[in-house]
Amino acid sequence: MKVETTKIPECERKKIKPYYRRRGKIKEWLVEKFILLNAFMAIGAIILIFIFVGKEALPVFTSQEVQEEANISEFFLPHRYTPDSSPDFIWQPVSQRPKYSIIPLIVGTLKATFIAMLFAIPLAVAAAVYTSEFAPGRVKEIIKPTIELLAGIPSVVLGFFALIVLASVIQDVFHFTFRLNAINAGIALGLAVIPIVYTVSEDALNAVPRQYREASLALGATTWQTAWSVALPAALPGIFAGIMLGFGRAVGETMIVLMASGNAAIISWNFGESIRTLSATIAAELGEVVFGSPHYHALFFIGALLFIITFIINLSGAVYVERLKAKLTGSRR
Amino acid sequence: MTKSSIKIQGFVFKGLTIAASMVIVAMLAVIIGNVVINGYGKLSWEFFTKAPEQGMTAGGIFPAIFGTVALVLLMTIAVVPLGVLTAVYLHEYAKPDSKIARLVRVAVGNLAGVPSIVFGLFGLGFFIHFIGGGIDRVLLSGEVAWGQPAIIWAALTLAVLTLPVVIVSTEEALRGVPKEYREASYALGGTKWQTIRKIVLPYSVPGILTGSILAVSRGAGEVAPIMFTGAAYFLPYLPSKLNDQFMELGYHIFVMSTQSPDVEGTKPILYGTVLVLLVLTFVLNFLAILIRSKIRAAQRRAG
Repeated sequence: MKVETTKIPECERKKIKPYYRRRGKIKEWLVEKFILLNAFMAIGAIILIFIFVGKEALPVFTSQEVQEEANISEFFLPHRYTPDSSPDFIWQPVSQRPKYSIIPLIVGTLKATFIAMLFAIPLAVAAAVYTSEFAPGRVKEIIKPTIELLAGIPSVVLGFFALIVLASVIQDVFHFTFRLNAINAGIALGLAVIPIVYTVSEDALNAVPRQYREASLALGATTWQTAWSVALPAALPGIFAGIMLGFGRAVGETMIVLMASGNAAIISWNFGESIRTLSATIAAELGEVVFGSPHYHALFFIGALLFIITFIINLSGAVYVERLKAKLTGSRR
Repeated sequence: MTKSSIKIQGFVFKGLTIAASMVIVAMLAVIIGNVVINGYGKLSWEFFTKAPEQGMTAGGIFPAIFGTVALVLLMTIAVVPLGVLTAVYLHEYAKPDSKIARLVRVAVGNLAGVPSIVFGLFGLGFFIHFIGGGIDRVLLSGEVAWGQPAIIWAALTLAVLTLPVVIVSTEEALRGVPKEYREASYALGGTKWQTIRKIVLPYSVPGILTGSILAVSRGAGEVAPIMFTGAAYFLPYLPSKLNDQFMELGYHIFVMSTQSPDVEGTKPILYGTVLVLLVLTFVLNFLAILIRSKIRAAQRRAG
């Protein structure tokens, strides 16, 4: 039997096929490498941030001129600023004798973060338990996006709200001497932290296998007993990771504390007093600082410190989440 | 434990979780309500089209709206291709257990957690002093044109900040492309890149759109990274070149609420501006959620 075949003219076959193939392969190769290069951008960005913030912070360790004013001992140790005063921690970069102690700023940051976490964690975790364990489908469909909407509020708007509205309410209730104080900044900061803790906790609770709950219910436990003693403990590492991420956000958040905290660098355990945080100090002072001055490098040092702190917090949070997922799904790396 | 005490405990426990949810929702409602009630009256044609007048106690916010739109537009142009291609690498090219892919993921996760003020420092040190200053030194023999705060530097700083948002959303979209589509393309002799360009990416457009919208919403609300990289307190002109400074809604809110000499005088305009920014970010977020739920529904239907 004769099989009919379409004949491709000899010349065309020779011309087209090899040309197409070669071009195609090179193109594929180029595209792949180009995309790989793109993917390195994310790694590159992290490294560049570290290099360029670190580079401007470095003179604090290396430059004699800068070190005369701003150095590690100035940053962290108490100093006698006048001959007859007792050793003290003071942040006052613009003065006759510039004072660069960042201890008051660290205390301020910790105070605001403490209030924020105290306010955010119980609310966010409880709301996560409600949505994942108890809420009927339709209620869940409303509450979840609503809380996520909170994450969409720009921090400058939260700062504005704390400055104009919340501060007055808190003033009326507690009668602090300072209208803008650690409590005010902390609660506003908590509003920014809630959606983070909530979302991660809710995810962690949802990741708990259904069989866990079914086993508990089958043994006669009520829904709340199951939620409290089965789902919650199983999801605890994930919830903890969410808290860490929220903590990282609270430490680094700038606009809210800049607007709502009063920005006075005071060391005290009174939460009714104004505070100045690390991030707000950079935001408030970098605009007026002389390029290359000790003050400029000191601000970059604070930035590098913030970067390192949040980097460690986020990295350990991410590792935690990964471990939890591996544990709950039973897979091993 | 008796049955009734278990019941009471359960009632209390459940009640507390409901209360917590309600408190959060109520706080959100208070914030939105307060801004809407105080800002609504200010919204007018004039408010949207005029520049601030009399020390920001009169006039409108047109330059700030214009600046914000220009800023996020430039940011989007920079971040979307970069983010999409990174996601394509992570999902299409990298092997699931590849070291590079894990490293990229860790970097993306960390990038998302870097404080926004650190991005501001980075923008100042890298884009303005290193890149901009470099251009001035090499091409313009020291004349300062690029080594100063400008809209392009602010936009690029925001692009780095929003990169994780685009990557994560795009990857989710790529995951949703049915395997059969890819297999069909390969069976027809399509190469990998042809498959990605003609099948995978077109199918993922809604997901990529979601990511871009979320990035824009995030970028429009960030103030700390642009304070030192290009935003200006007040400008008599609109930005027309890439190295011009600009006014921006969020920064405008910050300046008006903290540095106004006449607090009561600026309050109505301040509330109006906050309302505009809030509506802008909410509409964008809502749009993103809408598209996302449509995609998920479509995926469920497709099985």
